[in-house]
Amino acid sequence: MILRSKDLIGLEDLSREEILTILEAAEAFRTIFDRPVRKVPIMRGRTVVNFFVEPSTRTRISFELAEKRLSADIVNFDASNSSLKKGETLRDTAENIQAMKIDMIVVRHSSPGAAAYLGRVLKASVINAGDGAHEHPTQGLLDIMTMRQRLGDLAGRKVTIIGDIAQSRVARSNIYGLTKLGAEVTVCGPPTMVPAAIARLGATVEHDLKRAVADADVLNILRIQLERQSQMVFPGNREYHLMFGVTEEVLRHTKPSCFVMHPGPMNRDVEISSAVADGPRQVILEQVTNGVAVRMAVIYLLSGGDPRQLGGGARAGVREEE
Amino acid sequence: MEWSWKRIPAEYLVANVRLCRDGKLADRPGFLHVQKGLVAALGPGAPSREDLPVLDGGGLVCAPGLVDVHVHFREPGQEEKETIATGSRAAAAGGFTAVVTMPNTRPPVDHAPMVRYILDRAQETGLCRVFPTAAISRGQEGETLTEFGDLVKAGAVGFTDDGRPVMHGKLMQFALQYARVLGVPVTCHAEDLTLAGKGVMHAGYWSTKLGLAGLPRLAEDVMVFRDVELARATGGHLHVAHVSTKGTVEIIRRAREQGVHVTAEVTPHHLTLDHSCCRDFSPLYKMSPPLREQEDIEAVTQGLVDGVLDCVATDHAPHTAMEKELMFDQAPFGVVGLETALAVCHTHLVKTGRLDLGQLVEKMSSRAAETYGLPCGRLEEGGEADFLLFDPDEEWTVQPEALRSMSRNTPYGGQKLAGRVKATFLRGRPTYRDGE
Repeated sequence: MILRSKDLIGLEDLSREEILTILEAAEAFRTIFDRPVRKVPIMRGRTVVNFFVEPSTRTRISFELAEKRLSADIVNFDASNSSLKKGETLRDTAENIQAMKIDMIVVRHSSPGAAAYLGRVLKASVINAGDGAHEHPTQGLLDIMTMRQRLGDLAGRKVTIIGDIAQSRVARSNIYGLTKLGAEVTVCGPPTMVPAAIARLGATVEHDLKRAVADADVLNILRIQLERQSQMVFPGNREYHLMFGVTEEVLRHTKPSCFVMHPGPMNRDVEISSAVADGPRQVILEQVTNGVAVRMAVIYLLSGGDPRQLGGGARAGVREEE
Repeated sequence: MEWSWKRIPAEYLVANVRLCRDGKLADRPGFLHVQKGLVAALGPGAPSREDLPVLDGGGLVCAPGLVDVHVHFREPGQEEKETIATGSRAAAAGGFTAVVTMPNTRPPVDHAPMVRYILDRAQETGLCRVFPTAAISRGQEGETLTEFGDLVKAGAVGFTDDGRPVMHGKLMQFALQYARVLGVPVTCHAEDLTLAGKGVMHAGYWSTKLGLAGLPRLAEDVMVFRDVELARATGGHLHVAHVSTKGTVEIIRRAREQGVHVTAEVTPHHLTLDHSCCRDFSPLYKMSPPLREQEDIEAVTQGLVDGVLDCVATDHAPHTAMEKELMFDQAPFGVVGLETALAVCHTHLVKTGRLDLGQLVEKMSSRAAETYGLPCGRLEEGGEADFLLFDPDEEWTVQPEALRSMSRNTPYGGQKLAGRVKATFLRGRPTYRDGE
């Protein structure tokens, strides 16, 4: 096995080498997308279940595309009309799915720990597609991949994450992955959205947006969940935009090379102004493209794929579908 | 005469035991003379009566039956978790001869017939003295007072909306005023719900790391502070359930120094486990209040040692295996504790030198009983023959499947403990024997 675990639960669990291995494989898969036929037969005959207990459109489509481009057979489990709603436990549902003989399960769940739990009780490989506010490792990997495409080695680079850090699985996965690669991470947001203990995960806390962006190489802007307003966590969108919204004015305080990322979906003119979202500094759609490549790499490696087969100019393992 | 476990005589001697009473463990062997369920005599040396059957204690510790002032027996309404019968069995296996039950059954204990029902069921079971508390508010809804006088007449020993904090300050004030006249405590489950929010574990490093919503210490501290001030103003007796924070210990310490009538309990798990236990998302470590930090463990331990916290109480809260298979944020709060309490405290407090066994036993028996004014918890001439035999040296490993409780949700599964209850007696009759 190239990766030590049969599952991908979080970037906290991966070594620096494992992260780099996944990213290299992702770069190899990324090259396929520019060909007329974007499909390889690597996962032919294998079954992957997309088990989305919490609604998600983008992540599910990204995984589904990754699986299809690897020629896997796919089942999409729609939780909204599932037996989980009829009182069945997560374990029972998952064991039932496994009993139908599947190779891999991609899980999105609102509860932190759900993916790790399934990893423990199931023999199939489990990929965490987001478990509550805990981790979203493939998002972290695609963010890092996008940063490396622009910056090369991330050692010593400065990444500023802006938004609702407390509720963000993206922030946690970014912090774990980036610090393992030697980057310095600053988190910024209203004090009610930045828990004090986040510093102990390896990030620097800065509540002043202009100071937080001053030497940054990248801004990673998180989505503000509008329902948090009803929990009194912040006064409202207008106030948030005034204090923490990334606008062209804010970008004037950054280095000229600093670029902007967002995991989507965006609330335009709340956490990011439309001018920035559509401007020359953003790489948001590159993130989306890289997302498919990263997910192909993770699926490939977890199913026992050898990254050396993908390496070099020939990229022997990445043959086009005949 | 020969001793036989099969036919327990009305009068017998327990010899060759180290008596534990009034906070002290005797260093010399002694005896206990039981007659018709009462203690006829006890003391050092060998008994003088040779005509009586003798149970050879083999050098074990003989202590008063333990008293747990905070248990949930779930009956009526949630008999899939526990019943008064299975809860009593678990109590006996843990060395307990008396428990105070919480009123959050379904329906809650909010009128006198409910109290009488619990007492009747406990009587039928006959393994443990059961003292019910009643709800402060009807339906535990925090709006109108229950019939305090009628409930006390029926046998309620105190009032609490345990599990649901009383958010309404005036209601809590009235409860303390009423209870004062009736001579019973009002117990607070101290948790400001607006500060607690959707929290499921202690707010700190681990909740941040795991992405689980936090329960801040403040949610407990500000409620304890409010209730202490209400107790001061009314002269009522406030009992603070399951103290978990260093702040609460300080508030209670100051209030007691100033003469406010406050008593308090602490659970074995808050004395021994911290929030890092939640690292694998196991709901076996989910309880309310939550497991806190090392400095809180130190503060509650010191509070217990100093007597600021009167007693150990388990907050025995059975839940089915299925419920504890849920995800951490969805699983119910609570752990079972009756069968491990003495060994856990003995291992973590006595073996480490924080308390001696005599002091621990006192805090788990007579001091506990005093908080609710219960007529038990002492081993004395003329008193009830409620006692246990304890081997402080025997080591054992907690096996959840071997518990006598109907539920298995212990946070100590697999842990090796020092000290084992060998037998428990209620009114002179055995309610538990190790290995039976």
